[in-house]
Amino acid sequence: MIPMSWYLALSAVLFTIGVAGVIIKRNAIAMFMCIELMLNSVNLTFIALSSFFRDVSGQLFVFIVMTVAAAEAAVGLGIIITVFRNRESLDVDDASVLRD
Amino acid sequence: MFLLQANTTALFSVGELQLLAPELILTVCACAVLVMEVVLPYKRGKLTGYFSLIAVALAGASLFAQWYANSYLLPLTGFYGMVRIDGFAIIFKAIFLIAAALSIAVSLRYLDIEGEQRGEFYALVLFATVGMMMLACGYDLIALYISLELMALTFYVLVAFTKRERRSNEAGMKYFLLGAFSSGILLYGMSLLFGVAGSTNLGDIAHKINEVLNAPPMLEGAPTPLRPMLLLGMIALAAGLFFKIAAVPFHMWAPDAYEGAPTPVTAFLSTGSKAASFALYMRIFIEALGGMRADWAPQLGLVAAITILVGNWAAVTQTNAKRLLAYSSISNAGYLLLGLVAGNTYGYVGIILYLLVYTLMNVGAFGVIIALHRRGIVGDRVDDMTGLAQKAPGMAAMMAIFMLSLGGLPLTGGFIGKYFLFGGLLQRGATEQKNWYYWLAVWAILNTVVSFYYYLRFVYAMYFREQPADNRPLALSPALNTALVVACIGVVFIGIYPQPFIHAAQALIGALAASGVVALR
Repeated sequence: MIPMSWYLALSAVLFTIGVAGVIIKRNAIAMFMCIELMLNSVNLTFIALSSFFRDVSGQLFVFIVMTVAAAEAAVGLGIIITVFRNRESLDVDDASVLRD
Repeated sequence: MFLLQANTTALFSVGELQLLAPELILTVCACAVLVMEVVLPYKRGKLTGYFSLIAVALAGASLFAQWYANSYLLPLTGFYGMVRIDGFAIIFKAIFLIAAALSIAVSLRYLDIEGEQRGEFYALVLFATVGMMMLACGYDLIALYISLELMALTFYVLVAFTKRERRSNEAGMKYFLLGAFSSGILLYGMSLLFGVAGSTNLGDIAHKINEVLNAPPMLEGAPTPLRPMLLLGMIALAAGLFFKIAAVPFHMWAPDAYEGAPTPVTAFLSTGSKAASFALYMRIFIEALGGMRADWAPQLGLVAAITILVGNWAAVTQTNAKRLLAYSSISNAGYLLLGLVAGNTYGYVGIILYLLVYTLMNVGAFGVIIALHRRGIVGDRVDDMTGLAQKAPGMAAMMAIFMLSLGGLPLTGGFIGKYFLFGGLLQRGATEQKNWYYWLAVWAILNTVVSFYYYLRFVYAMYFREQPADNRPLALSPALNTALVVACIGVVFIGIYPQPFIHAAQALIGALAASGVVALR
């Protein structure tokens, strides 16, 4: 039996990789993928805790998160496509019309 | 029929649906708007806007009926404790409905000018309102998360709504990336909270947290092992929520999103979304984490102090009116946080009153900017206000009232809100015998003086500069005028005669303040 803390440590590491990726990456789609990684690390936490507590609400939460992530992907990729259509670049550093 | 039969297996009872009557009305009407959009010819597109106004009015009537019929029975819970209708939920829902109605009214004309008069816009506004209302009455992390995302996803689309406009695209992308990022952090905090409490219900979480905090130290003398996890979860939740309310270390999305978004969306984003995020903040931090007040109050006070400083000083140099109001909205998030730092009845009443007044005056200010927006003229610089007093004296007077109220001049609504927020802080300082509360209040008042400088720049441009920016008439419409007049009367009325609002806020928020006191023990 793998101890509970390993699951939590793994998901914390994955979450940190996701956060670091959002900060480091400059391409909008790569940033979005890192955000998905963050959400999935949270899912891992929920599933591990849910089996630890023998409580089903953690797994319910995972279903909700997956649904929301799918909706978010649809909306986000839609927005990214409109940006690409008008500008032909997805580098967030090029997005500089709005500035101080 | 199926539901009635399922009653015996206790899925949920049909009667519980009444708890969500206002939200259900809005959802059904939003779907009807989507159908109308397809059926109606393009020229009649505006009808969907008027229909959405009716929908908001119906939801408001249903909310009032809910309060009137149950005012002695509150709080009502349903759906296995997922939904909790109390005074807090009702008063916040009323604020969201006001924000939605005013934003729809000011957007009718704007979308005509942009050539984007489409029903989806109003449907999205209604769906966002449903999300906000569910956020105010959710009492379970699952319900809160899904309503937060319902609100956030619709706002991503709304910010990027004018899809031929590069500024709108860019604002949409930035808002989406940072919004999704902050939701992820918030969600991680929720998962840690679930890990500590073993339940997603806020009441259970509060109970469990008090157990963890008051647990006797273990025999080996080690600290309670759950406490670090609890602290990490609290910090992740706070960071995610600071993003949503645009408090300072996490505020950088706000100026870009506010400037690039279509102006009615900016108005709705800065009022409705901010109020909803504050509702979520209060639900989680007062009801679930109320026992940890000693841990989060100083951190929150520090963030509030920095937010007030950065928001006010960054606004001073702005030339774009929408961007300036974005920084003003950041500083106002700081003032509102003071009510949470105070954490007593004064502070909570201050938050409610200030959010109400802020909704009126901010939608009003953006409404005036919309009136300056005409075909071929963007009209969103402070200089575009030049000479407005000669061209449209009524409009200029209303803008002046909104600006003075944002600054917090006595006899306007903004003053009453700030009075309660600062007063709550002083009261807390007196009861806890700690000096930093006083210094925080002094700091906030000093920075309010700075804010007058940039609010009065609008007044100066309108009244004291000779050359009008241009001579073409303003783009007025009956709906826009009505919205502005209603907002203006509201701001002045609350400023001159605030007693009924104070009493209502006290009566409805009383339960929350009491629960905060219990958790403090």
